[in-house]
Amino acid sequence: MIDFELTPEEQAMIDAAHKEALEVVRPISRYYDEHEHESPKDFIEQQWQQQAQGGGSILGLGVGASLRILENCWGDAGLMLVAPSSGLGGAAILASGTQEQQANFLKRFGEGEPKWGAMAMTEPGAGSDTAAIQTTAVLDTETNEWVLNGEKIFITGGQRSMESDGLVVVWATVDRTAGRAGMKPFVVEAGTPGATIDKVENKLGIRASDTATLILDNCRIPYENILGSPEVRRVDSSQTAGFKRAMATFDMTRPIIAAMALGVGRASLDFVRETLEKEGIPIRYGLPSHKLTAIERDVMEMEAAYKAALTLMLRATWMMSQFQPNSLEASMAKAKAGIVVAWITQKAVEMMGPLGYSRKYLLEKWMRDGKINDIFEGTGQINMLIVARRILDYTREELK
Amino acid sequence: MISFSPSEEQQMIVNMVKEFNNDHVRKVYRECDESGEIPANIIDTAWELGFIASSIPEEFQGFGGERSALTGTLIAEELAWGDLSMAMHILCPALVAMPVVEMGTDEQKKQYLPSFCGDKFKVATSALIEPRFDFDPAELQTTAKRANGGYILSGEKCYVPLAADADLLLVYANEGGNTQGFLIEKGTPGLEIAEREKNMGIKALATYELSLKDCKVPKENRLGGDAGCDFNRIYNLSRVALSAMAVGVGRAAFEYARDYAKERHAFGEPIASRQAIAFMLAEMAIDIDATRLMTWEAAWKLDRNEDATKEASLAKMYADDMAINVTNNAVQVLGGHGYIREHPVELWFRNGRGFATFDGMAIV
Repeated sequence: MIDFELTPEEQAMIDAAHKEALEVVRPISRYYDEHEHESPKDFIEQQWQQQAQGGGSILGLGVGASLRILENCWGDAGLMLVAPSSGLGGAAILASGTQEQQANFLKRFGEGEPKWGAMAMTEPGAGSDTAAIQTTAVLDTETNEWVLNGEKIFITGGQRSMESDGLVVVWATVDRTAGRAGMKPFVVEAGTPGATIDKVENKLGIRASDTATLILDNCRIPYENILGSPEVRRVDSSQTAGFKRAMATFDMTRPIIAAMALGVGRASLDFVRETLEKEGIPIRYGLPSHKLTAIERDVMEMEAAYKAALTLMLRATWMMSQFQPNSLEASMAKAKAGIVVAWITQKAVEMMGPLGYSRKYLLEKWMRDGKINDIFEGTGQINMLIVARRILDYTREELK
Repeated sequence: MISFSPSEEQQMIVNMVKEFNNDHVRKVYRECDESGEIPANIIDTAWELGFIASSIPEEFQGFGGERSALTGTLIAEELAWGDLSMAMHILCPALVAMPVVEMGTDEQKKQYLPSFCGDKFKVATSALIEPRFDFDPAELQTTAKRANGGYILSGEKCYVPLAADADLLLVYANEGGNTQGFLIEKGTPGLEIAEREKNMGIKALATYELSLKDCKVPKENRLGGDAGCDFNRIYNLSRVALSAMAVGVGRAAFEYARDYAKERHAFGEPIASRQAIAFMLAEMAIDIDATRLMTWEAAWKLDRNEDATKEASLAKMYADDMAINVTNNAVQVLGGHGYIREHPVELWFRNGRGFATFDGMAIV
């Protein structure tokens, strides 16, 4: 039965997240944008207490959880990423780890000191083209250890993951000649010799969150740290098991990125609406278009675009919670939300003029923060490519 | 709890409409657009499916099914996928029946509803749009003035589907600043129906201009009697119907363009394997889905008897843009072939442009 009503539990969770965003996050939002590499210790501690109570995972993601994340990012998208959690690393472990691996690697996120998890995919020479990955994993049969070598960049939360007792899921190839088939995810735990954080980036936005480079120099990890089978299956490269697992992870995380984007988008929209309201300028819904002012038309177009992306996100998340394949819908949601939020936040800055461009308010920050959602976890274009392949029933060879 | 899956019953209805489209509508819709005529047997077959009688209570001879705007949007989308002219023709009687079901007085229900439950297609329609660019349904120029215990209606209307054959019309007029509906029977003095209109699209649908020249209407014929009607709700029910139809038209155009792009070769491979084409198709698919979901939400709200003005107007606004963009892109994907009437995309393009105009021409 088609239904748009949240359960009381979901609504309560969203309300609580909104209250926290408003009272705890917004007051420190600007400070950590201006002090890029400083750690919000109190915030982290407080988030850790909540997180540990909740089991330490961003997963088990349903509609309610995605809307909670939306509220978190309405508060601050950068700080949301700083909240300790197993993050994308946890998502990968859940997507392709055994029960034993899940218990073994994820338990830490519910106990002790704050910890983070991250995922390392991108390399200096391989962004969206993940099959071009150069980082290698070689099995040392004498010690039964994997030896990892390579350089991973743009790891969201990489520094905090390696400097806490966390972990990073590193994608490496066990056979460079096999392309995607050779790609496997490996769990590299913090403190492993040979795994070092080399650089933390300075960014346009989400500055509270660290984006790090990880150097793997003869980094030895136990055999059991490979997620899934080590076997290289050379079939049609788009259907290889290793690559599929990476994509399965993205099917779970893309709707979440969409939700994050939407949080920033709604923050901007709310700013515009509240400013207009303060000035006594109403938004008159339901008028014929020839009677609308330019401002009303802009606001309505922004709201309609926001709704479009929001409903796509809810559908993708709902499908995930129903264990339905959602690769197409997840990419639709991510592509749409990325584009829409980049546009809404830019439009809001334009509309608010001197209020929008000034660092006195947060609007300009949201324009900078929002843009990341059109880039990470697959750029808007990569997501369009996935949507296009799905609707055309094309392989990656048929549609490059 | 949030869910995006139609009920089994809704899915059955959708499948029934799909079958009807494939067996009947899609076999003739192109010729109908050229000739301007819809074969009577198609309308009769659709009538037998009971789209309208199903929402009329049993005490008025209907099937007494649950009245649902959401189910209505599913039907409207599917019918419009088949053909927009036929969808509007088939659902035209609802323009009178649904407002009477929801807002009519007991007498109005008794008098009119049984006639929508018979064996034959009941020709009834409503007149809202007026022939000017700055038409505003909340500030109609057609007026209803009280006189001698009744009303006198004066004004001009256009885009009135099936007006020439209709034996019952629901005419909307400005009564002291409010839009109210008046049930006018065929042959009422002062009701003058002009020649059939000639439009860019929906060419198989017969639409008419009409004038009301001091047309006297008894006070019992005011929709809802003394209480009047909630025009805002009627208009929102129309917004979601038209948004759903826009999704149907968009989907038809998208599917055709997608299939064509996989067949058509250029530079040694299907044009769909080029990103310039593939990305257009992806964007079309995304906006079609988004419009459908927004429409569902607005309809869902209307089913809960809540004010859905914001949701319905945003969905309709998005749908209007989607319909023209998607159909325009469908023509573009076919290139020169899209411009030729051998292919149907130009028909959908002409129909797609109409959604910004079709105020109140369909209802769920």
